[in-house]
Amino acid sequence: MGEFLRFENITKRYGQNTVLDNVTLEIQAGEVFSLLGPSGCGKTTLLRICGGFEPPDEGRVILDGVDITNVPANRRAVRTVFQNYALFPHLSVWENIAFGLKATGQDAKTILEKVPKYLELVQLTGYEHRKPGQLSGGQRQRVAIARALINRPKVLLLDEPLAALDLKLRQRMLIELDTIHDDVGITFLFVTHDQQEAMSISDHIAVLRNGRVEQVGTPTELYEAPRTSFVAAFIGDTNFFEGTVETIEGDYCTLNIDGFPEIQLFNDKKVHCGEKIHVSIRPEKFFISAVRPELTDAKTNLLHGKVEEVIYVGPHTRYWVRVQDWRVSVVQQHHGYGLDERRIKWDDEVWLWFGADNAYMLEHYAEVDEQLLALPDLEPEELEAVVEGGTQEVGAAE
Amino acid sequence: MKSWLRNISNWIIGAPSFVWLVVFYAIPIVLVFLLAFKPVDAYGGLGEGWTLKTILDLRNPSYPAIIWRTFWQGIVSTTVCVAVAIPISYQLARMNSRWKNVILLLIIVPFWTNFLVRIYAWRVFLHADGIFKKLLVAIGLIEDSTTLLYNQWAVLVVMIYTYIPFAILPIYASAEKFDFSLIDAAKDLGASSFYAFRRVFLPVISKGIWTAVMVVLIPAFGAYLIPDLVGGPSSELVGDKIAQRVFIDRNLPHASALSALLMLAVFLPMLLGKWLNHLRRRRQAREGRI
Repeated sequence: MGEFLRFENITKRYGQNTVLDNVTLEIQAGEVFSLLGPSGCGKTTLLRICGGFEPPDEGRVILDGVDITNVPANRRAVRTVFQNYALFPHLSVWENIAFGLKATGQDAKTILEKVPKYLELVQLTGYEHRKPGQLSGGQRQRVAIARALINRPKVLLLDEPLAALDLKLRQRMLIELDTIHDDVGITFLFVTHDQQEAMSISDHIAVLRNGRVEQVGTPTELYEAPRTSFVAAFIGDTNFFEGTVETIEGDYCTLNIDGFPEIQLFNDKKVHCGEKIHVSIRPEKFFISAVRPELTDAKTNLLHGKVEEVIYVGPHTRYWVRVQDWRVSVVQQHHGYGLDERRIKWDDEVWLWFGADNAYMLEHYAEVDEQLLALPDLEPEELEAVVEGGTQEVGAAE
Repeated sequence: MKSWLRNISNWIIGAPSFVWLVVFYAIPIVLVFLLAFKPVDAYGGLGEGWTLKTILDLRNPSYPAIIWRTFWQGIVSTTVCVAVAIPISYQLARMNSRWKNVILLLIIVPFWTNFLVRIYAWRVFLHADGIFKKLLVAIGLIEDSTTLLYNQWAVLVVMIYTYIPFAILPIYASAEKFDFSLIDAAKDLGASSFYAFRRVFLPVISKGIWTAVMVVLIPAFGAYLIPDLVGGPSSELVGDKIAQRVFIDRNLPHASALSALLMLAVFLPMLLGKWLNHLRRRRQAREGRI
């Protein structure tokens, strides 16, 4: 299974506004590939270009070895599940699902054969006479999926398919989508602003920002090895530290972070002495203890600080620990029985430690991205304000 | 709120429009039908008792031609109006709002001029010495002896002109609410632009189309000013006859009978259509194909 769908140097402008800037992506056959980013990052435009609803200003779209850039939407072996589902309100579930077959001139026998199969695939058998207005959000979405899949497209495009559903339903539909994907084996191109959605369903994710591809990788790669501070902050929580490289020994280097003891670090970026670099350390990579630990591994860094904030959320506790000028976010999983554990409280003096392999050097760092961390679970519009506005205050407009 | 209280307040809210409809709509219609069965007295008033004479009078030998003309002119003008209004509304609905408002304004502007004045303008325009005629003669499309005015074609053209805005407004109102991502969705599923237009756009805005048909067809059937002013003696419509019976002959029962005939001519096909549609749906439901 090689490269199947390819976006080649796609550029799209609306007036002065460059929505997509030289985007190149390769998608493998049969995988779930997500376009992830805040609204306004160009992910939906890229999807519309793939669907044939808008032509790119520059670049090509290649599907299964064929250049489809100028093929109109109705001749592409690509189907879309729209964000609002765009079900035909005047047609029943049955007619909605059969629409693609009728529109492409398939005979009545094929229609009678195929529609029940796809009704079954999306578990809507028995609902065929209902109109879209009589369905719940989740059912409507399933109609949209069946309708799009019935023509056996080569690629299924999903434009924020879960955004209109509530949280519980979203989680269930996510699992259902995954099951459907396993059943049909069609390549899914999934657009979302929700990093958890993207992480849980995708084989590969492309993080987009301001019309550019920030990073492409598997969910694990993006989480563990973010190239930029934007990716690190957008996917999960993290801590950013700035420091100067002091010495280099083999694969490791030591880093001087203002106010910290010397930090050892895996040197995967081949940095040089004296270089200023930024590192990202995920909160769960830290260990926290009120007593000074006996460290056996030499490649472990130990910090001493004071707890400023404790938030207990059941499976884990989140701490904010003051280490000199830094406020370090730490997440500690509870392995023991919570009521028996000796709890760390506000103003406790604590020890933090983390392995040299668990801090990740960033290629690019921007201060704006740090705001993403301070503002978790943003609505897309708010995120956009942060990502594009830089220093502008979020929520101040309201 | 308690349910009986809500019921009462619903009645109170609905009462004025209900009373209005009964007093000014239902009762007059019943009266029109009843009047058709009253005799006339010598002074243009109503006589005593009931009679079928007026109904039998409708067999007047000059009527079939007039009724036929009323029908085909009404249907042709409605068809043309709706056929023109659909693409206009489609485009209007897709336009950005600034241009949309300008064009909507242009469509409504003629209403600010009195209806009569506008018809007289057409008379001037189509007149034997008018610019339009001279232009056509100059191009060589018509002879100098051809008259553009005072025939059924002039009536048709002016009727279409008059009723087009009435067709555009309801269709536009539906098209404006139409979700154009449905067209994208249809194309995405392999439909051609025409297929998407016919199978998605038209059915979804069908309410607006039917409203437009009614709004144009009914006044077109009843039209009498237009044929009176731009039509000739050979282009009379039922509306002219009704007006003549009321104002000249002072024969209200006869006018009522003609009016009732017109009303039934609109109402019965509507009922028939509904019924056929109902049968079709029932059949589809039985075959499990809805």
